[in-house]
Amino acid sequence: MHGFANPARFLRMARWLMPALLVPGLVMALGALAWGVAYAPPDHLMGVTVKILFIHVPCVWLGMAGWSTIAVASVVELVWRHPLAAIAARAAAVPGAVFTALGLITGSIWGRPTWGTWWEWDGRLTSFLILLFLYFGYIALADAAQRDAASGGAAGRIPAIFGLVGAINIPIINRSVVWWNSLHQPPSITMGRSAIDGTYLWPLLIGALGFSLIFGGVVLARMRMLLAQIQTEARLRRKALG
Amino acid sequence: MHERLDQWAFVWAALAIGVIGTLVMVGWSLLAMMRAERRRDDVRRK
Repeated sequence: MHGFANPARFLRMARWLMPALLVPGLVMALGALAWGVAYAPPDHLMGVTVKILFIHVPCVWLGMAGWSTIAVASVVELVWRHPLAAIAARAAAVPGAVFTALGLITGSIWGRPTWGTWWEWDGRLTSFLILLFLYFGYIALADAAQRDAASGGAAGRIPAIFGLVGAINIPIINRSVVWWNSLHQPPSITMGRSAIDGTYLWPLLIGALGFSLIFGGVVLARMRMLLAQIQTEARLRRKALG
Repeated sequence: MHERLDQWAFVWAALAIGVIGTLVMVGWSLLAMMRAERRRDDVRRK
């Protein structure tokens, strides 16, 4: 793991890995959506709105995966002091927040014709909305910590602690439909078992894999951006000091 | 009261928001990365 602590080595890898994730990811995600829309039959209860799940479910999964990435990177930063861990956590925050927002919006659009309401203050929807606010808080904290670090401050580890504390919301989101009565259906896919017919399951899984590759590519792009900003700041500071 | 909704309108709206949102995020991240790396290279050259 510490082999990638060297930013130059990481950048060499990121230069080829980023397009290698983004291009197949876009092809798989868009292909799976087209497949689902064109060939998946209407569900006997939901009708054609079942097709919204091909975009909604990957967005929701990646919203949670984004915060899980922040939590794991925060542990690596706090325990092993890996220099790229904080950058990886910061890089995962914006795509995680975007997928969380898209999950909420597409879920709301699905809920209107299916449940008869755009929004319901139940456990699943409320805990997922809290996840979006946690992302906003993390992004603001991480930006403040970067500015503080650039001026020689010691607030660098506060976003990592916030990332770990916020991770408590992930199992709450996951178990919310089991713990509380909800309009939201219970889990359809669990470890090694699925209640979804193969006609819907395959485009859903391929789409989720495609969106996951896109997420990975965006995280790498944002890591390169953050590294370039840090290197620019360091160079300008050295020049200013003479 | 029974409400008749055009389900396809909801499907297209969700797909459009999801796909456009994802593409904007990808494009924005790539542009921000290229801008930051160009600025770093400019500072190195000066």
